[in-house]
Amino acid sequence: MKYVDEFRDRQLAEQLAKAIAAEADSAREYRLMEFCGGHTHAIFRYGVQDLMPENVRFVHGPGCPVCVLPIGRIDNAIQLVQQHDVILCSYGDLLRVPASKRMSLLKLKAAGGDVRMVYSTQDALRIARENPQRQVVFFAIGFETTTPPTAMAIKQAQTEGLENFSVFCNHVLTPAALTAILGSSESSGSGDVAIDGFFGPSHVSSVIGSRPYEHFAVHYHKPVVIAGFEPLDIMQSTLMLIRQLNAGRTEVENEYTRLVSRDGNTKAQALVAEVMERRAEFEWRGLGMVPDSALQIRTAFAAFDAEKRFALSAVSASDIKGCECPRILRGQKRPTDCKLFGTVCTPENPMGSCMVSSEGACAAYWSYGRFRQTQQQAQ
Amino acid sequence: MNEMIRFSQRLNTRDNTVDLSHGSGGRAMAQLIEALFIKHFDNELLRQANDQAAFNVSAGRMVMSTDGHVISPLFFPGGDIGSLSVHGTINDVAMSGARPLYLSAGFILEEGFPLADLERIVASMGEAAAAAGVPVVTGDTKVVEKGKGDGVFITTTGIGVVPEGVHISGERAQPGDAILLSGSIGDHGVAIMSSRENLEFETTIESDSAALHTLVAEMVAAVPEIHCLRDPTRGGLATTLNELAQQSGIGMRLDESAIPIKPQVAAACELLGLDPLYVANEGKLICICPAAEAERLLAVMRAHPLGREAAMIGTVSADPNGFVEMQTRFGGSRVVDWLAGEQLPRIC
Amino acid sequence: MCLAIPARVVSIDTASDMATVDLGGVQKTVSLALVEGVQLDDYVLVHVGYALNKLDPEEAERTLQIFAEAGMLREAPS
Repeated sequence: MKYVDEFRDRQLAEQLAKAIAAEADSAREYRLMEFCGGHTHAIFRYGVQDLMPENVRFVHGPGCPVCVLPIGRIDNAIQLVQQHDVILCSYGDLLRVPASKRMSLLKLKAAGGDVRMVYSTQDALRIARENPQRQVVFFAIGFETTTPPTAMAIKQAQTEGLENFSVFCNHVLTPAALTAILGSSESSGSGDVAIDGFFGPSHVSSVIGSRPYEHFAVHYHKPVVIAGFEPLDIMQSTLMLIRQLNAGRTEVENEYTRLVSRDGNTKAQALVAEVMERRAEFEWRGLGMVPDSALQIRTAFAAFDAEKRFALSAVSASDIKGCECPRILRGQKRPTDCKLFGTVCTPENPMGSCMVSSEGACAAYWSYGRFRQTQQQAQ
Repeated sequence: MNEMIRFSQRLNTRDNTVDLSHGSGGRAMAQLIEALFIKHFDNELLRQANDQAAFNVSAGRMVMSTDGHVISPLFFPGGDIGSLSVHGTINDVAMSGARPLYLSAGFILEEGFPLADLERIVASMGEAAAAAGVPVVTGDTKVVEKGKGDGVFITTTGIGVVPEGVHISGERAQPGDAILLSGSIGDHGVAIMSSRENLEFETTIESDSAALHTLVAEMVAAVPEIHCLRDPTRGGLATTLNELAQQSGIGMRLDESAIPIKPQVAAACELLGLDPLYVANEGKLICICPAAEAERLLAVMRAHPLGREAAMIGTVSADPNGFVEMQTRFGGSRVVDWLAGEQLPRIC
Repeated sequence: MCLAIPARVVSIDTASDMATVDLGGVQKTVSLALVEGVQLDDYVLVHVGYALNKLDPEEAERTLQIFAEAGMLREAPS
């Protein structure tokens, strides 16, 4: 696979590992947060941490739209099926996330609820066309990468007059999440993990460009390197962050130049701006109410807004007692710090989103790395 | 066998569908059995038309295995539920080192299921059984009301006999043993997904569904001291290796770059966000053997049509925790864990 | 988040604004509604059935070059 395999080359990895080892200052620690769940996944899948010196540590952030979706929103989706008999179309990622009363979309499906997994919004539109007598709701989640396809679907539904189609919109914004994390680690002060630098998300940045990150570097004095998805991208970006930290620079640099520009995809941005607008605030699992952090459908497209079409009450569901997802999402605790990890909470029986989603820190730890962690702790 | 004398009309498989009378034990059922099952499975024992098949057994250890098949879609690139069920049970029997002898097949048909599709499936089973030399000697048919079945469910049971001196079992893996794999992973799962709704992508990948008993026979003849054999079906290579590790109380160290995978399978998994280690296979086997025998076994496997890409993918380690670890293609290391639930395509 | 992968455009249907892309021999249809000026043999980033961006081959080469040079040009910690 061109433009994929070359960025996984082992020989180049060894060279980069040597460079990192040579330039990392042994007198200090480098705590680098990868905001994006895709980076977490890649780090574990390829074993990138093994190639790092001891003092370079990856801290796993909340960049998983499934992980940060509050239970209440899934409860709402379940309501749509149970009380309004809709056909609910959802990406695969959401199906196993635990909601209230030990329910999930997958369990709802098993109990006879009409929940259908889709790969694309186009599938949801097709289902709506094929079932004109039923209401079809698309459960929209994701950061800025996944938002333009949803906006496109709404426009298409409007053009076609697809009246039985609507969207339950849960799209969230990356810059707000970064602010929330940085704000919490600055202000709370007790037992927090200071983060030295950030890997900017690959594909969100492909859509929004590198410009939105510039004020972080300035305002919070932290370097940001927008990193590609492949393991060599992550390593090169690590090197770039180390160099910035060593030199006392706090800039936004772009490693993923083959797909990220300063302006991003303006066509996609314009489309989103046409169809959606910012909510005043939105609840994030683990971060509470965050202002300016999510999108809702504009009044002009209200006909396709599931929250307007169906009376959905805001459900504020509390996290399970002992579940450390909120602090893990902020990088303040590690999965192994959670009492439920590996005992009550496992991939077979997940308590919180961090374990359900394969991007979540806990699932990644469990699948790929928990044994090493325990081995290291034992030493 | 003169169908026209005993039944007033020839069975019309082109236009008709299954109805409740086909399972009720009367004339319609008798006609179905004769015109479809006996016709395509065609063997002496079945033609006796008893409720059971009687045969002599040779001395030795007998092996029996059973499988229910509920796959959807029923027809997919490289096979169908019929051939899959025949291959699957032959393989389960063969993984003990046994020579499979006979199969039985039970059908649960849904009212309204097209007879044309049923004939296609039964014909496919007949071909698979004939090619493997393992006949379907007895069977059963039931019909359930529309809505209570997914077209057709098939249960196959197989019996076989284990050669003298062969003790192949999941708890026999020893530290130092070699782990061999007969060929590329993920073909079947990707072929199934490519024909499912909502995941349409085009690929020339076909299911690898195949009967492995002749490959096993040659392996066992060359190296009777094989410790374990298993076919990595549902849950993929990773799940089966974890099962074996747990049964034997050992760990494993794998080398990712040694695991054969077709480029299209790798690409399809990238597109859907799936890990090929967890994708089903239906014509591959894992073999754990003493390290000294690995080279010889690999040569035997590669000489067989179903083992051309056979490779040594790792070694067994002494590890009370039973971890399966893998050196990644990239140089780092990761743990290959059990599959948690069904693997779903993801966007994240 | 955002599982996306670069794939090569092998055919374009301007009427429906869709394209067929090829990744390692697997072909998929994607929408071009979010991108502009895509041509045959371009590589696009594919995410949930849409092309999100065009890959810049020159930048890709440059990035690989930087990786290769990492072993040679080293900045010592200051």
